[in-house]
Amino acid sequence: MRHIISITDLSLEEIARLMDTARDIIEHPDKYRDLCRYKKLATLFFEPSTRTRLSFEAAMHELGGQVLAVSEAASSSVAKGESVADTIRTVSCYADIIAMRHPKEGAPTVASFHASVPVINAGDGGHNHPTQTLTDLLTIMQEKGRLDHLTVGLCGDLKFGRTVHSLISAMCRYPGVRFVLVSPEELKVPSYVKIPLKQGQVPYSQTTDLRSVMPELDILYMTRVQRERFFNEDDYIRLRDSYILTPEKLENAKPDLTIMHPLPRVNEISVAVDQDPRAAYFRQVRYGKYIRMALILMLLEVQA
Amino acid sequence: MNIDSINNGIVIDHIRAGQAMKIYDFLDLGALDCAVAIIKNAASSKMGKKDIIKIDSELNVDLNALGYIDPSITINIIKDGVRVRKYHPELPLTITNIIRCKNPRCITSTEQELPHVFRLTDREKDEYRCIYCESKAGV
Repeated sequence: MRHIISITDLSLEEIARLMDTARDIIEHPDKYRDLCRYKKLATLFFEPSTRTRLSFEAAMHELGGQVLAVSEAASSSVAKGESVADTIRTVSCYADIIAMRHPKEGAPTVASFHASVPVINAGDGGHNHPTQTLTDLLTIMQEKGRLDHLTVGLCGDLKFGRTVHSLISAMCRYPGVRFVLVSPEELKVPSYVKIPLKQGQVPYSQTTDLRSVMPELDILYMTRVQRERFFNEDDYIRLRDSYILTPEKLENAKPDLTIMHPLPRVNEISVAVDQDPRAAYFRQVRYGKYIRMALILMLLEVQA
Repeated sequence: MNIDSINNGIVIDHIRAGQAMKIYDFLDLGALDCAVAIIKNAASSKMGKKDIIKIDSELNVDLNALGYIDPSITINIIKDGVRVRKYHPELPLTITNIIRCKNPRCITSTEQELPHVFRLTDREKDEYRCIYCESKAGV
């Protein structure tokens, strides 16, 4: 039995196999329609998240399985003071696999110590969000046909943005990848995230100016400046509009640029960009469901 | 000042001056009913001043954890009045409930029953990180 708490819990070979499965699901959905019949996925979401929860639930339904859902902490036993350990021991008795989101960093690690079924981390505060990273990798694979030899621009909140941290630790394992980190000074990538870049001698540059680096990018990954990651409302208001992507800013971008965003978007990508064929963020949502289907199959050890 | 030599027990030597009580508390030596001597500010050719703890009993604890608190320490194991082993504690791979995670977003900040466990992530830099949130120890 395995748990997926961080993207680094998966080897490059396993990620490649998940990509292959997801691509096969896209091409042959009928093959997968009944593979998880009589299996139950529990979605324990102790923090609001509509799309990740729906993605997991849609994935399980498409595999023919069933879903047990806890969608907010207020309606669960956690509100009565139950520990993560006890909650997980209990839910392990009902479900075959658990997807868990929790506002506190490391909560899914605690869950994995006490679960008798596989646990998937569906986001723990600003820490890890491995299925978003798998979604991002599948998106890059589908849009670019490869995961290596790419210049990846990451823009916005690079300090608290867990999707960015996970994507860096995943992508830096592929040869020829270069990162361009675009953020205000206050929201730069933390030093511990840069450790694998320095250790692996992965080239990266940091800038505050998106427009000047735009022509270099194969991928542009935009992120939202999130209110819930700030202790101070003034800092949030001052920084939230720092980096907004508009059609004008894309004028000198490559014609085959892929624009990604983990969503939800607030205003960091102008809606005028949505019509641009390079905007991949809604296709990215769809890929998220397929990669979660592949992950559920892998953890439940179900073969097509 | 005379302190009796011990027959079976442990001498923790080369403790940085002023650190003895921290180790005394960590090892919970106050709970022992054997003789325990704390020598503070003893003269040391290497360190100038040092602290020493003598425990007249065998302790069933992992003394390597002391390597995190004070890497300069020497541990001497005494049997039948003779020193049978002398060593420096190695940095332990994990340390439990010696330091607390200071990250306010860590699950340990709300679940009081959880042990605070840190894993050695960089031996050269003596760097430990919380096993839950991966925050660096002491930050």
